[in-house]
Amino acid sequence: MIIKPKTKSLITRRKLLKGAAATAVVAGASGLYTPAIAAGRKIRIGYVSPQTGPLAGFAEADAYITERAVAKMNEIGLDVELFIKDSQSNPNRAATVAQELIIDDEIDLMLVASTPENTNPVSTVCENEGVPIISTAAPWQPWFIGQQGNPGDPASWKPFDYAYHFFWGLENIIEVFSNMWGQLDTNKSVGGLFPNDADGNAWGDPVNGLKPGLAANGFSLTDPGRFQNLTDDFTAQINAFKAANNEIVTGVIIPPDIATFWNQCKQQGFSPKAVTVAKAILFPQSIEALGDQGYNLSSEIWWSPMHPFTSSLTGESAKDLAGGFSEATSRPWTQPIGFTHGLFEVAADVLKRAGDPTNPEDVADTIGATRLDTVVGRVAWDGAGMPPFAAKNVCKTSLVGGQWRLKGDGKYELVIIDNKSAPMIPTGGTMEALNYA
Amino acid sequence: MIWVDTVIQGVLLGGLYTLFATGLSLVFGIMRLVNLAHGDFIIFGAYVILVLVTWMGLDPFLAVLIAMPFMFALGYVLQIVMLNKVIGDEILPPLLVTFGLSIVVQNVLLEGFTADTQRIHAQELQIASVDLGVATVGVLPLLTFGSAILVIVILQQIFYRTSLGRAFRATSDDPVTASLMGIKTDNIFAIATGIAMVVVTISALYLGMRASFDPAIGPARLIYAFEAVIIGGLGSFWGTLVGGVIIGVAQVLGAAVNPEWQILSGHVAFIIVLLVRPRGLFPKAGL
Repeated sequence: MIIKPKTKSLITRRKLLKGAAATAVVAGASGLYTPAIAAGRKIRIGYVSPQTGPLAGFAEADAYITERAVAKMNEIGLDVELFIKDSQSNPNRAATVAQELIIDDEIDLMLVASTPENTNPVSTVCENEGVPIISTAAPWQPWFIGQQGNPGDPASWKPFDYAYHFFWGLENIIEVFSNMWGQLDTNKSVGGLFPNDADGNAWGDPVNGLKPGLAANGFSLTDPGRFQNLTDDFTAQINAFKAANNEIVTGVIIPPDIATFWNQCKQQGFSPKAVTVAKAILFPQSIEALGDQGYNLSSEIWWSPMHPFTSSLTGESAKDLAGGFSEATSRPWTQPIGFTHGLFEVAADVLKRAGDPTNPEDVADTIGATRLDTVVGRVAWDGAGMPPFAAKNVCKTSLVGGQWRLKGDGKYELVIIDNKSAPMIPTGGTMEALNYA
Repeated sequence: MIWVDTVIQGVLLGGLYTLFATGLSLVFGIMRLVNLAHGDFIIFGAYVILVLVTWMGLDPFLAVLIAMPFMFALGYVLQIVMLNKVIGDEILPPLLVTFGLSIVVQNVLLEGFTADTQRIHAQELQIASVDLGVATVGVLPLLTFGSAILVIVILQQIFYRTSLGRAFRATSDDPVTASLMGIKTDNIFAIATGIAMVVVTISALYLGMRASFDPAIGPARLIYAFEAVIIGGLGSFWGTLVGGVIIGVAQVLGAAVNPEWQILSGHVAFIIVLLVRPRGLFPKAGL
């Protein structure tokens, strides 16, 4: 197994040149007549992960997960080599390193995770280059629609030949959020915070976003408009929410912005009964950064140690997987751990079943035929619950809702408070309104 | 009523931008050095304060007093051992060096503190507010604005009432002649960077209490600081305050119309000022 050292920053020009030179030598040495895919060699897997930059939290467990997964894959007889590249949380960089993995490292299968900012550029490159790719940890709408030539025209959307994705979608968010808010006594009037990024544009879209779905469930949505990430002021949004008498706030924002927004709400006297935001309070570190102001803020839960699933690769339960990570790194568990592990589970399963793991068409077809029970639940590209246009490439995993509660030791824990859409996942409590005593 | 509230919030936001910009203005005014790592130094300062607050259990305002001399020393040494070597007639080398510094600082922080979002906790102060009748404003933004004014008053006093200030001004006007008169320009530059780092520490305190931060968010703040400096006119501290307030009010007013216009309206205000007064509102004579 070779794991390439992660590229730490832009300034390793010398290293880059050296690497390029080495690659050139290898390419030269291999001779002109050698076919690009040599028989009997290791199966090469590429993995693009945002190890540095604002999305680094998503990739925190990557080293731990990938090392163990690759060791296990080799143990069960798959002769694999993993090439990891750092996207530096930059979509352009992600596309560049994906190209490098395909052209220089000649990978047979690409894996990618961690928000549309990372999955989309890598998926697009792979689709264009004809390299099979499995993607996860981004809602499927920004992933599928965001990669279409014309996102505004559903008639022009085409399925992909090589790109496959497993995660939940906005319809799951609508369902889970509605169920959570349904537990409270509110005026069903919701204010939305949707920034100007891939997620914000998809969630805030008046036709394909949250609005119509929430309306169907009886919730009205006030959307003041897209704003820039890392904004220093939310006065406009707070005034708009006050004017619309919103008792619930939702949105998909980045961690630093929830702190600014929530502080200003308190300073400017805006007191909603529920604040349910995606992305921003995914990680315990983000909620701890809020101090006791984070109490009872709510969020979607894609995966937790309480999920009753087991890994098909290592046989660990969700609880063991999270516990093992915490023990090895003395860091709290985070939701991406499950999905990163799940990604490698699917990869191992696909490579096991593929007739020729180095044949892109063969591997892509094998991915599409996957029916696997993983640590994040069942992954099966059978089109269940999907609209026809995305049925081939997307499969959905379960989603529940949770609230952050302070434990006795001043640490936060995520309590599952809604499981209506995935009853096999146990709840640990019920939704509580925010308290301003 | 909502417009009065909006303008007041914008002015207070301008206080934060002024703090970001003052350090930049100082360094640029004296040695024509565009410090691209300024935003990252602010985040670095925030981590210094964070360490003092979480590890030593200090009050943030006490922590900032301890962080100030440390940051001054850091700025001084940085200028002596690195930046002085690249300052010269050419504008590009210092630009490249500070660009490199920006990347170095971000990655050092990432190695040391991971990508976790952090926050400087100030308990009750964080959410305290006062009702001004026309608007409810946070105590923290008020303090930020007050500190910005205080910083500018103090810098004005240093610049125009002390011999150090005279040396600053002389070096700024003509470093060669100033050194003929016995001023050690290297030392003056280093002191200026040190003072800029003290201002950086103050901005770090207020940024760290207002929003949460992580190693990567420094550069996002740099552009507003630049615009505030340019709007105000190079070398003018009060101008920087006016510049910061203009950007703040423009952003908040733009956002009130539509949040999509928040950032854009700040930039538009900047361009309008440049069109009308290409040298800024209060340019220092001779610059």
